[in-house]
Amino acid sequence: MSKQTATLFIQCLVDSLRPEIGDAMVHILERLGVPMHYPPEQTCCGQPAFNSGYRAEATKAARRFIDIFEDSEIIVCPSGSCVHMVRHHYPELFKDEPGMLVRARRVAARTYEFTEYLVDVLGVTDPGEELGSRFNGTVTYHDSCHLARGLGIRRQPRQLLGNIPGLTLVEMDESDRCCGFGGTFSVKYPEISTAMVDDKVKTILETGADVVSGCDVSCLMNIAGRLSRIGSPVRALHIAELLAGTGV
Amino acid sequence: MHETNEKTYSELAREAVGNEELHAAIRMIQDRIGRGTRQLWKTEISPELRARAKAMRMRTLEHLDVVLATLAENIRKQGGHVYFARTAEDASRYCLEVARKNEVKRVVKGKSMTSAEIGVDPLLEKDGIEVVETDLGEYILQLAGEAPSHIIAPCIHMNRRQIGRLFQEKLGIPYSEDPPTLTKAARKALREKLLTADMGLTGCNLACAETGQVALVSNEGNIRMATTMPKVHVALMGMERVTSTLAEHETLLRLLTRGAAVQKISTYVSFVGGPRQPGEPDGPEEFHLVIIDNGRTDILADPRFREVLACIRCGGCLNICPVYGRIGGHAYNATYTGPIGSVVMPLLGGVNDHADLCRGETLCGACKDMCPVNNDLPRMLSELRHMLAYGDETWDVTPVDKTEAVAFKAWAAAMSSRKAYDLLVKSGRLLQAPFVRKGVLKHGVGPLGKWTADRDFPPIAKQTFAERWNTIHAKRLKEDGDA
Ligand code: SF4
Repeated sequence: MSKQTATLFIQCLVDSLRPEIGDAMVHILERLGVPMHYPPEQTCCGQPAFNSGYRAEATKAARRFIDIFEDSEIIVCPSGSCVHMVRHHYPELFKDEPGMLVRARRVAARTYEFTEYLVDVLGVTDPGEELGSRFNGTVTYHDSCHLARGLGIRRQPRQLLGNIPGLTLVEMDESDRCCGFGGTFSVKYPEISTAMVDDKVKTILETGADVVSGCDVSCLMNIAGRLSRIGSPVRALHIAELLAGTGV
Repeated sequence: MHETNEKTYSELAREAVGNEELHAAIRMIQDRIGRGTRQLWKTEISPELRARAKAMRMRTLEHLDVVLATLAENIRKQGGHVYFARTAEDASRYCLEVARKNEVKRVVKGKSMTSAEIGVDPLLEKDGIEVVETDLGEYILQLAGEAPSHIIAPCIHMNRRQIGRLFQEKLGIPYSEDPPTLTKAARKALREKLLTADMGLTGCNLACAETGQVALVSNEGNIRMATTMPKVHVALMGMERVTSTLAEHETLLRLLTRGAAVQKISTYVSFVGGPRQPGEPDGPEEFHLVIIDNGRTDILADPRFREVLACIRCGGCLNICPVYGRIGGHAYNATYTGPIGSVVMPLLGGVNDHADLCRGETLCGACKDMCPVNNDLPRMLSELRHMLAYGDETWDVTPVDKTEAVAFKAWAAAMSSRKAYDLLVKSGRLLQAPFVRKGVLKHGVGPLGKWTADRDFPPIAKQTFAERWNTIHAKRLKEDGDA
């Protein structure tokens, strides 16, 4: 087999809150015959600290991440914002440390978001055929900020979802409007955050979809939290869960 | 500066998010203008043009001293006066002196957030001078005694019923909520003021050093009158608001009106730069340009923040920001609001004093995409947060939140080994157990308390992915491999 070994970068929120997403990713890669490696020491990429301004703490986490992942051939993560952290902020954190900067850039260049990896690296075009995906229902897709704007990944997830047999993809209005999570923002300013997620929920409900999907567990957790609180039956599922068929 | 409200950002935000009318009004602007501009960026205005505009801006900023000297020289050549004000007080005092010297009784204003920044109105009023806003929106706010809530649509937070009642009370006209009737009433009142004013006080959208001119855009024609009818015209500008060449000026003007209101050009664009010349039918007898520093030199000197001076105050970032979309301008309690205000207010008015603005955004990046001059506001917000986390000597910042600092130290420790991390996860599981109902947390503990006031939180899973990898996946994959 000539496929590169995919090293799994399972962000902390998936690891501790929604491990099923990690399971789904493993199943998909397994079906594609991708050899996998999971470094058991991994914890968090440092994004929460970085976004809150605590760069020394974020740098610690980044250094550790680089130590753990730098020998990987290719690193795959089911979270856009974490990939954004590694790709864009790691080189920034180490800009005054030439040795580390080289290592940070190397890791950054090898880190892929899950759908980006499937579509752009592995060339998956037909999830029904290639992954055995099926879903009966209507799905709308939320563009996470760091994924869509930061990494420019909008096409890949849509391409995958749109080709799942049985699945009808409907666009919501302003799919890339922030859902109001923003990490510690939603903890510090919950009133604003809730108002924002309400805007998001409104556009989701307007589509009449059964499921809102996305590539970032943090946004999905925020949206799901509000949906469930208002008693909506709409489910928030990670794209990996839809592709693996585990969310059905 | 305009900060008059004692309430905190969170308190103001809470009031604002509960205000459905405000929300609807801002959504309308964001839907109409915000979307319109985004469309223009996709179709008519190339990313290259915006990148070029930014590059021109940055080049001008790098030679700002020379460019400003050229501007001053050219204005003086035309018979205008130029005053460089180091501080807000300096600038206001100069305006007052000009007014006193000319025995000014009434000042008509237009297009000037800078006037709010330097607080010149109260100073003039204390001297017995009447100050009248002539931009319709600003005029309404002045009558209501309120601050603007949007850079280009200052009274967007008011509806026509409120305005109708206000006019009835203040202008003594019969109640009406018909926009043309209201506009006519305002026009009549304002015309009188404009005709009898002795001084016009305006801002400056862009100045052009090459030609020695100040450009002012408006859609009401009030600027044209405020700058030509009174015998004195004083224009206020932040020192960064200058362009080197007419070419740069033209490019930026194009981006400004498009970013502000999806317009190719605004209804009126006034170019002024000196007193009336012999043979000219109108124009003031005296022209003054006040070039204001008020902290901008410090921004210029810091490479982390210099680019914020490239801003042309189009308000585009307000027209897309989801936070602004929900809380409106007043919650920022500042002269400049929205994403641009969140970066520039801390730098001009003190980072600690505006800590909530630095922290109260999600870093979603929509403003960056929208900005005609590609200002990376999220990056700068992140830099500001960095200063707030540890303090910063150059900007005189002290760490803002001790508890948070301790929490992130603990977090870093927990993340630095898988053992510590697992321990954290395990204790979380124990802690949450009594609170989990039907698979969700309805009442979070600690920092999650506020989060779960309106949202459910997913509980920590029975097994982490790492555990599942060990117990399930690794085994299966190995067996499959062996088979
Ligand atoms: S930051 Fe950009 S979008 Fe915002 S007001 Fe300034 S120029 Fe306009």
